[in-house]
Amino acid sequence: MIITTTKGDMDDSLLEKKEGSIDNDNEYTTWVEYWLDRELVHRSAHVTLKKSPFLDLFAASLG
Amino acid sequence: MCTSFLGELLSATHNFSSANPAHTANTADTFKAALYVTTATINAATTAYSATNEVSGTGYTAGGIAVTNATNPTSTNSSSTAGVGYWTPSGNLVYTTVTLTTAFDTVLIYNSTQSNKAVSVHTFGSQTITAGTFTLTMPSNTTTTALLRLSTT
Repeated sequence: MIITTTKGDMDDSLLEKKEGSIDNDNEYTTWVEYWLDRELVHRSAHVTLKKSPFLDLFAASLG
Repeated sequence: MCTSFLGELLSATHNFSSANPAHTANTADTFKAALYVTTATINAATTAYSATNEVSGTGYTAGGIAVTNATNPTSTNSSSTAGVGYWTPSGNLVYTTVTLTTAFDTVLIYNSTQSNKAVSVHTFGSQTITAGTFTLTMPSNTTTTALLRLSTT
Protein backbone atom coordinates (compact mmCIF):
# COMPACT_ATOMS: atom_id res chain seq x y z
CA MET A 1 0.00 0.00 0.00
CA ILE A 2 1.28 3.44 -0.90
CA ILE A 3 1.47 5.93 1.96
CA THR A 4 1.68 9.70 1.61
CA THR A 5 4.64 10.85 3.68
CA THR A 6 6.80 13.89 4.21
CA LYS A 7 9.27 12.16 1.87
CA GLY A 8 6.69 11.64 -0.86
CA ASP A 9 4.62 8.58 -1.60
CA MET A 10 6.23 5.44 -0.16
CA ASP A 11 5.38 1.77 0.00
CA ASP A 12 4.35 0.82 3.52
CA SER A 13 6.75 -2.12 3.47
CA LEU A 14 9.56 0.40 3.87
CA LEU A 15 8.02 1.99 6.95
CA GLU A 16 7.41 1.11 10.57
CA LYS A 17 3.72 1.34 11.43
CA LYS A 18 2.32 2.35 14.82
CA GLU A 19 -1.37 2.48 15.69
CA GLY A 20 -3.36 3.52 18.72
CA SER A 21 -6.78 4.47 19.96
CA ILE A 22 -8.49 6.53 22.63
CA ASP A 23 -11.89 5.53 23.94
CA ASN A 24 -13.51 7.63 26.65
CA ASP A 25 -16.82 9.30 27.41
CA ASN A 26 -16.11 12.11 24.96
CA GLU A 27 -14.63 10.42 21.92
CA TYR A 28 -13.42 7.34 20.13
CA THR A 29 -10.23 8.14 18.28
CA THR A 30 -7.88 6.04 16.22
CA TRP A 31 -4.54 7.12 14.84
CA VAL A 32 -1.89 5.63 12.63
CA GLU A 33 1.73 6.65 12.29
CA TYR A 34 4.44 5.62 9.83
CA TRP A 35 8.08 6.04 10.76
CA LEU A 36 11.17 5.97 8.61
CA ASP A 37 14.50 5.62 10.39
CA ARG A 38 13.03 6.99 13.64
CA GLU A 39 11.48 9.96 11.84
CA LEU A 40 7.72 10.45 11.81
CA VAL A 41 6.74 10.75 8.15
CA HIS A 42 2.98 10.23 8.34
CA ARG A 43 0.30 10.59 10.99
CA SER A 44 -3.44 10.47 10.48
CA ALA A 45 -6.21 10.55 13.06
CA HIS A 46 -9.91 9.74 13.02
CA VAL A 47 -12.09 11.21 15.77
CA THR A 48 -15.67 10.19 16.49
CA LEU A 49 -17.29 12.46 19.04
CA LYS A 50 -19.72 10.89 21.49
CA LYS A 51 -21.08 14.08 22.99
CA SER A 52 -22.63 17.07 21.30
CA PRO A 53 -24.16 20.30 22.46
CA PHE A 54 -27.68 19.80 23.75
CA LEU A 55 -30.00 22.70 24.43
CA ASP A 56 -33.10 22.40 26.57
CA LEU A 57 -35.82 24.91 25.80
CA PHE A 58 -38.63 25.94 28.08
CA ALA A 59 -41.83 27.85 27.44
CA ALA A 60 -43.23 29.76 30.38
CA SER A 61 -46.67 28.84 31.64
CA LEU A 62 -49.18 31.67 31.65
CA GLY A 63 -51.75 32.31 34.34
CA MET B 1 -43.33 24.60 23.05
CA CYS B 2 -44.17 23.16 19.66
CA THR B 3 -41.62 20.63 18.47
CA SER B 4 -41.91 21.77 14.86
CA PHE B 5 -40.68 25.16 16.07
CA LEU B 6 -37.39 23.60 17.14
CA GLY B 7 -36.60 22.30 13.69
CA GLU B 8 -37.79 25.58 12.22
CA LEU B 9 -35.38 27.50 14.44
CA LEU B 10 -32.55 25.55 12.86
CA SER B 11 -34.00 26.41 9.46
CA ALA B 12 -34.29 30.13 10.29
CA THR B 13 -37.99 29.98 9.56
CA HIS B 14 -38.75 32.25 12.50
CA ASN B 15 -37.11 35.56 13.16
CA PHE B 16 -37.94 37.51 16.33
CA SER B 17 -35.45 40.27 15.65
CA SER B 18 -35.84 43.45 13.68
CA ALA B 19 -32.14 43.25 12.96
CA ASN B 20 -32.19 39.97 11.13
CA PRO B 21 -29.55 39.06 8.55
CA ALA B 22 -30.71 38.63 4.99
CA HIS B 23 -31.69 35.12 3.96
CA THR B 24 -32.23 33.73 0.52
CA ALA B 25 -35.34 31.62 0.18
CA ASN B 26 -34.72 27.89 -0.16
CA THR B 27 -30.97 28.31 0.07
CA ALA B 28 -29.11 27.12 3.14
CA ASP B 29 -26.31 29.20 4.52
CA THR B 30 -22.76 27.91 4.15
CA PHE B 31 -21.25 26.48 7.29
CA LYS B 32 -17.56 25.87 7.81
CA ALA B 33 -15.40 24.01 10.31
CA ALA B 34 -12.14 25.48 11.61
CA LEU B 35 -9.57 23.77 13.83
CA TYR B 36 -7.87 25.43 16.80
CA VAL B 37 -4.69 24.72 18.70
CA THR B 38 -4.81 23.57 22.29
CA THR B 39 -3.93 27.01 23.65
CA ALA B 40 -6.90 28.68 21.97
CA THR B 41 -9.85 29.87 23.99
CA ILE B 42 -12.73 28.68 21.87
CA ASN B 43 -15.82 27.79 23.87
CA ALA B 44 -19.48 28.54 24.41
CA ALA B 45 -18.63 32.23 24.75
CA THR B 46 -17.21 32.34 21.22
CA THR B 47 -19.44 34.46 19.00
CA ALA B 48 -17.70 34.25 15.63
CA TYR B 49 -14.86 32.63 13.73
CA SER B 50 -11.43 34.09 14.38
CA ALA B 51 -8.10 33.22 12.85
CA THR B 52 -6.40 33.73 16.21
CA ASN B 53 -4.91 30.44 17.33
CA GLU B 54 -6.39 28.61 14.37
CA VAL B 55 -4.18 25.79 13.18
CA SER B 56 -1.88 26.42 10.27
CA GLY B 57 0.17 24.17 8.12
CA THR B 58 0.58 22.54 4.76
CA GLY B 59 -2.73 21.73 3.11
CA TYR B 60 -4.86 23.69 5.58
CA THR B 61 -6.61 26.85 4.48
CA ALA B 62 -7.47 29.48 7.08
CA GLY B 63 -11.16 29.28 7.84
CA GLY B 64 -11.21 25.51 7.56
CA ILE B 65 -13.41 23.43 5.32
CA ALA B 66 -17.00 23.66 4.18
CA VAL B 67 -19.49 21.55 6.08
CA THR B 68 -21.53 19.26 3.87
CA ASN B 69 -25.16 20.10 4.48
CA ALA B 70 -27.53 18.07 2.35
CA THR B 71 -30.02 17.21 5.08
CA ASN B 72 -32.34 19.87 6.42
CA PRO B 73 -33.01 20.19 10.16
CA THR B 74 -36.00 18.26 11.37
CA SER B 75 -37.98 17.65 14.54
CA THR B 76 -39.71 14.77 16.27
CA ASN B 77 -42.17 14.66 19.13
CA SER B 78 -41.29 12.41 22.03
CA SER B 79 -44.63 13.10 23.73
CA SER B 80 -47.52 15.53 23.48
CA THR B 81 -45.50 18.09 25.43
CA ALA B 82 -41.90 17.41 24.44
CA GLY B 83 -39.74 16.88 21.42
CA VAL B 84 -36.41 17.49 19.75
CA GLY B 85 -35.27 19.58 16.79
CA TYR B 86 -31.98 18.38 15.40
CA TRP B 87 -29.41 18.67 12.63
CA THR B 88 -26.19 16.97 11.64
CA PRO B 89 -23.85 17.66 8.74
CA SER B 90 -24.48 15.10 6.03
CA GLY B 91 -20.80 14.30 5.64
CA ASN B 92 -17.80 13.84 7.89
CA LEU B 93 -15.35 16.70 8.35
CA VAL B 94 -12.25 15.59 6.48
CA TYR B 95 -9.00 17.55 6.28
CA THR B 96 -7.11 15.70 3.59
CA THR B 97 -3.33 15.56 3.26
CA VAL B 98 -2.45 18.18 5.82
CA THR B 99 0.51 18.71 8.12
CA LEU B 100 -0.51 20.31 11.40
CA THR B 101 2.43 20.08 13.76
CA THR B 102 1.02 22.23 16.56
CA ALA B 103 -1.35 20.19 18.69
CA PHE B 104 -5.02 21.01 18.23
CA ASP B 105 -8.11 19.88 20.09
CA THR B 106 -11.06 22.00 19.00
CA VAL B 107 -13.29 22.44 15.99
CA LEU B 108 -15.55 25.47 15.59
CA ILE B 109 -18.55 25.21 13.30
CA TYR B 110 -19.64 28.60 12.07
CA ASN B 111 -21.88 30.26 9.53
CA SER B 112 -19.69 31.79 6.86
CA THR B 113 -22.71 33.28 5.11
CA GLN B 114 -23.81 35.20 8.20
CA SER B 115 -20.67 37.13 9.16
CA ASN B 116 -18.92 33.95 10.35
CA LYS B 117 -21.16 33.70 13.40
CA ALA B 118 -20.34 30.80 15.69
CA VAL B 119 -22.65 27.78 15.85
CA SER B 120 -20.98 25.15 18.03
CA VAL B 121 -17.67 24.12 19.53
CA HIS B 122 -16.51 20.52 19.88
CA THR B 123 -13.39 19.37 21.68
CA PHE B 124 -11.39 16.16 21.59
CA GLY B 125 -8.03 14.83 22.70
CA SER B 126 -5.14 16.81 21.25
CA GLN B 127 -3.87 15.70 17.85
CA THR B 128 -1.16 16.45 15.35
CA ILE B 129 -1.19 15.39 11.72
CA THR B 130 1.83 14.71 9.53
CA ALA B 131 1.25 14.38 5.79
CA GLY B 132 -2.00 12.71 6.68
CA THR B 133 -5.73 13.09 7.02
CA PHE B 134 -7.74 14.29 9.98
CA THR B 135 -11.30 13.03 10.04
CA LEU B 136 -14.09 14.04 12.38
CA THR B 137 -16.86 11.53 12.00
CA MET B 138 -20.31 12.98 12.37
CA PRO B 139 -22.80 11.23 14.64
CA SER B 140 -26.00 9.69 13.35
CA ASN B 141 -28.68 12.26 12.73
CA THR B 142 -31.15 11.13 15.37
CA THR B 143 -32.98 12.74 18.26
CA THR B 144 -30.41 11.41 20.73
CA THR B 145 -27.16 11.65 18.79
CA ALA B 146 -27.41 14.50 16.28
CA LEU B 147 -24.66 17.11 16.31
CA LEU B 148 -27.07 19.90 17.26
CA ARG B 149 -30.17 19.17 19.31
CA LEU B 150 -32.78 21.55 20.70
CA SER B 151 -35.13 19.89 23.12
CA THR B 152 -38.21 20.61 25.15
CA THR B 153 -38.90 18.42 28.13
